[in-house]
Amino acid sequence: MRSVAKPKLAVWKFASCDGCQLSLLDCEDELLQIVGAIDIANFVEASRNVMKGPYDVSLVEGSITTPHDAERIHKVRRQSKLLITIGACATAGGIQALRNYTDVKQYASYVYSNPEFLETLNKSTPIADHVFVDFELRGCPISKAQLVETVSAFLNGRKPVTPPYSVCMECKRRGTVCVMVAHGTPCMGPVTQAGCGAICPSYHRGCYGCFGPKETPNTGALADQWKAMGITNDGIVRSFRGFNAYADAFRKESEAHEE
Amino acid sequence: MKTDKVQSSSEGSFTSNGAPRVFTVEHLNTLIRNLRDQGYAVIGPVVQDAAIVYDEISSSEDLPIGWIDTQSNASYRLTKRAAKTLFNFTVGPQSWKKYLHKPSVRILEAEKNGNEFAVNDAQPPAKKQAFLGVRACELHAIAIQDRVLLGGPYVDPIYAELRTNTLIVAVNCEKAGGTCFCASMGTGPRAEHGYDLALTEIRESDHHYFLIETGSALGATVLAGLPAEVASESDIQAANRVIATATHQMGRKVDMSEMKEILYRNTENPRWQDIASRCMSCANCTLVCPTCFCTTIEDTTDLRGTRAERWRKWDSCFTMEFSYIHGGSIRTSPGTRYRQWLTHKFGSWGDQFGSAGCVGCGRCITWCPVGIDVTEELKAIRDSELVEAGSIKSKE
Ligand code: SF4
Ligand code: SF4
Ligand code: SF4
Ligand code: SF4
Repeated sequence: MRSVAKPKLAVWKFASCDGCQLSLLDCEDELLQIVGAIDIANFVEASRNVMKGPYDVSLVEGSITTPHDAERIHKVRRQSKLLITIGACATAGGIQALRNYTDVKQYASYVYSNPEFLETLNKSTPIADHVFVDFELRGCPISKAQLVETVSAFLNGRKPVTPPYSVCMECKRRGTVCVMVAHGTPCMGPVTQAGCGAICPSYHRGCYGCFGPKETPNTGALADQWKAMGITNDGIVRSFRGFNAYADAFRKESEAHEE
Repeated sequence: MKTDKVQSSSEGSFTSNGAPRVFTVEHLNTLIRNLRDQGYAVIGPVVQDAAIVYDEISSSEDLPIGWIDTQSNASYRLTKRAAKTLFNFTVGPQSWKKYLHKPSVRILEAEKNGNEFAVNDAQPPAKKQAFLGVRACELHAIAIQDRVLLGGPYVDPIYAELRTNTLIVAVNCEKAGGTCFCASMGTGPRAEHGYDLALTEIRESDHHYFLIETGSALGATVLAGLPAEVASESDIQAANRVIATATHQMGRKVDMSEMKEILYRNTENPRWQDIASRCMSCANCTLVCPTCFCTTIEDTTDLRGTRAERWRKWDSCFTMEFSYIHGGSIRTSPGTRYRQWLTHKFGSWGDQFGSAGCVGCGRCITWCPVGIDVTEELKAIRDSELVEAGSIKSKE
């Protein structure tokens, strides 16, 4: 018997690709520390050993896309002291939120021979649209470093350091040459939240916006510049409709360029 | 511009030391080799990812031979020409603050042991570094950061250690870029002080050589190890012509007369709103600026809560957290953040540190992804007063 109970952590999956949960499994070096500091009480991707709730911390991956999940998330909330959403699906609806711009029934009819057996919602929505969320961790997938930072911040009773400023800040700190200015490559970095470490520009690619809109994003100014660079309206719509297509600022900017 | 308080290996003797010398282009390599033999990491311009950045070099072959840059608002392009020039380009996206006021530094680590904890704030000892190719505007930028980080009662020990171990070989500009305006800021294109050695690259008929000026005792010692001859009057004239070429190429200019007063009078100018519609508060301008010095502190702990680290990272007045005090951020609108940047650089910096906070390098214009131009914004604010004065007159 332990004298002090370790905090109990649960990991939940909704509509998602499991990539964010894999980030947790990928914390090889830190996982032993994590296991030493917390009881992984419910993480079916990692272990069949499931402990009953309530849980001190719940990490929630995925968006709400079915009536069943819209119910289940309330059960998760009721059992969790702290609920942290992880990844673009859980925080913004994910890539599957592209359905929000079209008719999902039509899609279903292309894919399934008997779509009438499907029970699915018209929109893919973030967890925060359904229950109160204590903290959101952005990214598609989330950054391993930010995940460890967030878990250790909660364990140590301090605020996690996940700055809401632009990807450009990380780009400049690491000394990457700007792909917009030097190569003429459109980049989402100036309106996207930091956290990935500015990976794509360091490989000569424009940022894809995986971490969603930064604080006070001026998407219109970026779109104007892209137009001046010769990007079509269609190109602008596609860029803003990625993994964070349904995040407010990106959604509005994409709608403004629909023809 | 004042250059007091410049602490360097060459402290106290920035007056020209003896007559200028000349050496052939091949001997630049001898200079690099000698510096490396004396234990310096030589850092100079190199081509990386289609731009000229600063990195460690081991010979003059590493320099951007034949490369030339074209710069304008939000645009930077490199082209290679047949002429084997070594320094015929202007400043790129990086500045020397990368090596003096580093982008991220761990300032301490702490370890908990039972009820006690031990703090270790020791920094790794700074290695000797030699900067090759520092331009006039950059010398002024380093002098400005010296005043900010070494002047007054609070000295930044990390910067001081790096700065003391830095030797500076300046290069006079032959070409001014499309966004340069050092001439109107009084900071270039001629390197006047703050260097140990200063080179001018001269290419006349089939002659390709350097004129070398000495700015410190240390510079004189380094030069003594090189096969350099005393420059003739015609060499000096040739060097002057090189610098005059750059002076006439300035792509931008700023009228600094009464600039501070104008900015202070115009805190509510509608132009700030207009800029806010174009500015993304992405912070590129502040991070490329060679004089911006602001940093933030980030603390981390490990999962067990037994180890903590404190990091210092480049920050910017364009972030919300920058102006966060009890209750929230003061500068929530991007317009007020842009106003802070422009007013600090061209106004309040003078009250704080006795000079402008801008050296006219043009980086913030080239590397702003939407091409917002400080010179244009300053002019618009200045001109708005003329328009106002004019319209008042016409009404009377
Ligand atoms: S490459 Fe993209 S993220 Fe990096 S500074 Fe340029 S615009 Fe910003
Ligand atoms: S002026 Fe340009 S570089 Fe500076 S914050 Fe605004 S958009 Fe970014
Ligand atoms: S404000 Fe702009 S032009 Fe002036 S020193 Fe800074 S980056 Fe260079
Ligand atoms: S302009 Fe902004 S980032 Fe630069 S020194 Fe001033 S307050 Fe700091």
